[in-house]
Amino acid sequence: MSGDTGPVVGQRSLGSLLLGIGAWGIGLIFFFPIFWMVLNGFKEEADANADPKLFFDPTFTQYDEVTSQTQGLLGFREAFFNSFWAVSISTILVMILAIPAAYALSVRPVKKWRDVLFFFISTKFLPIVAAILPLWIIARELNLLNTRLVLIILYTAMNLPLAVWMLRSFFSEVPHELIEAAQIDGASIRGQITSVILPIVAPGLAATALLCVIFAWNEFFLAVQLNPVDGSTIPIWVTSNVSTRGNFLAKLSAASTLATLPVVLCGWVAQKRMIRGLAMGAIK
Amino acid sequence: METETDRTELVRRLQRREAWRRRIPLLPALLFTIVVTQVPFLFNIWYSLTDWKIVPPSPRRFIGVDNFVDLVDNRFFREAVWTSILMTVSAVLLSVMLGTLIALLLDRKFFGQGFVRTLLITPFLIMPVVAGLIWNTQIFNSSFGVLNWSLDALGFERIEFVTRWPLWSIVIVLVWQWTPFMMLIILAGLQGQSSSVLEAARVDGASAPATFFQITLPHLRPYLELGVLLGSIYLIQVFDHVDVITGGGPDSTNVPYFVFQRSIGGGWQFGQASAYSIVVVIASIIIATFGLRVLSGLLEGEDAA
Repeated sequence: MSGDTGPVVGQRSLGSLLLGIGAWGIGLIFFFPIFWMVLNGFKEEADANADPKLFFDPTFTQYDEVTSQTQGLLGFREAFFNSFWAVSISTILVMILAIPAAYALSVRPVKKWRDVLFFFISTKFLPIVAAILPLWIIARELNLLNTRLVLIILYTAMNLPLAVWMLRSFFSEVPHELIEAAQIDGASIRGQITSVILPIVAPGLAATALLCVIFAWNEFFLAVQLNPVDGSTIPIWVTSNVSTRGNFLAKLSAASTLATLPVVLCGWVAQKRMIRGLAMGAIK
Repeated sequence: METETDRTELVRRLQRREAWRRRIPLLPALLFTIVVTQVPFLFNIWYSLTDWKIVPPSPRRFIGVDNFVDLVDNRFFREAVWTSILMTVSAVLLSVMLGTLIALLLDRKFFGQGFVRTLLITPFLIMPVVAGLIWNTQIFNSSFGVLNWSLDALGFERIEFVTRWPLWSIVIVLVWQWTPFMMLIILAGLQGQSSSVLEAARVDGASAPATFFQITLPHLRPYLELGVLLGSIYLIQVFDHVDVITGGGPDSTNVPYFVFQRSIGGGWQFGQASAYSIVVVIASIIIATFGLRVLSGLLEGEDAA
């Protein structure tokens, strides 16, 4: 018996070694463009605009240049703070609106809760491009063009359906007995949510908020159409580093690295939580 | 008799109160969504019935359904629709297939598993504008791009990828970004798989492919459907990648980009652009109904009290 398992184990471990190497290979290929971008950000333009080089004298010139403030142009700091406020306030608003809505769609559901849920999701199917013209005109009438407020409102609307949908699935995972016990104890809806439901669904909540942050931080179209001047966000700042005159590859790489870093770090830290959150959200 | 009607009246009133109490937590989110997403649409309907050009400046006038008639025989619109379909379907299918494959590779223990997973999710976190620009200028580019440099080193001729295959260049970048997302969803599914069932299959002597097709794949179905649905919602709206990779053009102008070009992107034909939008919205609703049917499948069998 033991003599039989020897070669089988050997075969299996050779197989899993190969599969492990395969996974490493695919991982490195997927990561390569990002690695290359980071590398190019530390080059002089002459090195970046040449045959690909792995070895060179690293320099911070590009970082100095892209973060330096030029009069009359969108600066990094300004764009960063505009993005920061638009993303964080819209994500908080999404959560404030979505948590009670998810409660009303799962724990004590309204009649026709399925239709309501479908309505929320169906708004995601409306192409944002189709709405941009009226949005622009309405924003102009309300003096909201080139303000952070217009992006906060639209990013909230953009992420709300996804958040309602994910949170609803998390909420329906909470054991009914726990909520009923809280109800019998006379807990208000707010009490039930904050003391019973939220602690249980915390990983799902984090995953949802993270997705909202990613989509809002990376949003380009609305920002460039409605806020081209003041209130511009990081994606617009990145594209402002593409110039038609002269070489810009190294500069663009440095700017891109700065622009993507916050969300990439958040994603790396929260990846396990995100997988768990999606697992809860998928089935229920 | 009178007390009887009183009682039914009271019960009805209590029920109505209970119904409203249930509705209240829902209302802020619902009202917000209706106002922000549906009001612009109503404006659009009005615009679409008018002749409204900014360049050359002309007064807006009501022309009925003429814009819609024009649209039916607009070759460029039909091409944009076809491009959109190709782009969305190929990007979704490729990223779901690749994502499943990679998730299966990652769902086993090997040296550096967590690190490789971290490498793999990163493209999803990258800003679309940055992804498009980096691929365009540093990978595809015919003079300094890594891909062309490799072709050159291997003795092949350099290729202007983006000019030659505009659509597929964009699809490659989209697949690069969305495969990690699909991988996360499938990975979630794989981790929810009961190990006792797999163990039983192994004891029964089921081969690895048989186990995959008869146990793992059916188990993954809702996760795959979720991936396809979410992917389609986001990928049908792709704008940033088209803008920074090709800036439109034959074979790469999808419907969102087309509507943009016709209106604020330089065409300034607001009436016509609104008519396109309306058609897109109606088509989206039709497609969405199919998508939502999948979703009802997801919700099936669950009924919260």
